[in-house]
Amino acid sequence: MTLKLTKERILENIVKGKRLDSRKLDEYREIRIETGISKKAEGSAKVTIGETAVIAGVKMATATPYPDTPEEGVMTTSAEYLPMGAPEFESGPPREDEIILGRIVDRAIRESKCIDFEKLCIEPKEKVWMVFIDILVMNHDGNLFDACGLAAIAALKDAKMPVLTDDGTVDHEHLKGSLPIKGTPITIAVKCYKGKYILDTNADEGEAMTTQIVVGSNDDGTVSSLQKCGTEGLTKKEIADMLKLAVDTSKKVRTKHFK
Amino acid sequence: MTKSERTDNRKLDEIRPMKMKIGVIKRADGSAEVEFGDTKVVAAVYGPRQIHPRHQERPDRSVLRCRYNMLPFSVSDRKRPGYDRRSTELGKVITESLQPALFLEEFPKTAIDIDMEITQADAGTRTTAINAASLALAHAGIPMRDLVTSVAAGRANKKLLLDMTKEEEDAPDAVDLPVAMMPRTGKITLLQMDGIVSPEDIEKIVDIAEIGCMKIYEMQKKALLEKYSS
Repeated sequence: MTLKLTKERILENIVKGKRLDSRKLDEYREIRIETGISKKAEGSAKVTIGETAVIAGVKMATATPYPDTPEEGVMTTSAEYLPMGAPEFESGPPREDEIILGRIVDRAIRESKCIDFEKLCIEPKEKVWMVFIDILVMNHDGNLFDACGLAAIAALKDAKMPVLTDDGTVDHEHLKGSLPIKGTPITIAVKCYKGKYILDTNADEGEAMTTQIVVGSNDDGTVSSLQKCGTEGLTKKEIADMLKLAVDTSKKVRTKHFK
Repeated sequence: MTKSERTDNRKLDEIRPMKMKIGVIKRADGSAEVEFGDTKVVAAVYGPRQIHPRHQERPDRSVLRCRYNMLPFSVSDRKRPGYDRRSTELGKVITESLQPALFLEEFPKTAIDIDMEITQADAGTRTTAINAASLALAHAGIPMRDLVTSVAAGRANKKLLLDMTKEEEDAPDAVDLPVAMMPRTGKITLLQMDGIVSPEDIEKIVDIAEIGCMKIYEMQKKALLEKYSS
């Protein structure tokens, strides 16, 4: 829990364009992406932004396709706070925040169409690959949307296809070829306070300012997912500014971390 | 016990390579990451702190609560997230293996919470979790009678072995016996077993496990000293 005094101090400074850790309003902490962190996963990644740390893993299994997309694979994304991540995290069924986090990251990836679902069809109407993306928050110091989005796409790009054996079982030991991924959707959260736009908020800042939009955008600058969160409203101009900031930022992150 | 035909060319009483790192979770009171061969565990300690739900509160002591959790992608076939019977059991036996080392009566009405997350599983997850949790408790500055140190020993293909691999565990006569102990007092705080074996062999297997525990104990002390000497 952030103290009320700390929150007030954060907000007073934001209005003046300053932050307590002396970053600029649009300045990120150091982002680090490490892939292949869990050998048993088809693909995995650990992302740290400052002290925030999340890990994501991709597992695959066979499943029956949905009736309306009989020739396409399926995917599911979930995000979970590990109790070790922060004093307030508890074990138990996922809570609202975790579900929202998972769904926003899911949408950014799904709607960008970066996974070639048609290539994940094994037998139309009968059998397709199912892609599970599990994201876990290990250390919460703010900006979980960006961190989880990066971890998910990094783990997908790291993923190799398991082999389907003749008797229909899945061989996870001998992986072959990459998962068909085209493009790099990036999720960026932009916070807004009294007309100021702030990127990469840490845990205290995140508690002090809740109003934000979370934008998933693609290599060509298109936006494929969007969600406003928080208790305050936003003007049309603010939304337009924040969208542009998110797309520009995602380009920088993509160039720097995904060649 | 020197020569062997073990799948990974180890000696009969040799453990897999081990790595320990202390202080990996910023907001936790204490934390550690331990790699044991291809098994990886992160443990974090919170507490002593106020206990929720309040009805678990004990007027005369602290309550130690351990969570053992395998991440969905830590195993070959994805594990469904959430608690199952196995993780509930392991949470309980790990609690009981660590509790004898703690002075819980010093912290009445509080909880000490330990979260152990298995990020990569390849035999020996519970023992590695105990080793990591023990380091995290020490890192949190919680008074302890001794570090708790843990490893499994067993039998495969008629040989008594320390720290069996997954392949060895699949042998027809396999017996696996995880042990945790406080080396200073020699007290054993975890003992589980499955497989058919004679009482004499159990004693021998425990002796082998003790050899492993002593090696790990030295590594734990070294990791803690390194953390605080720099």
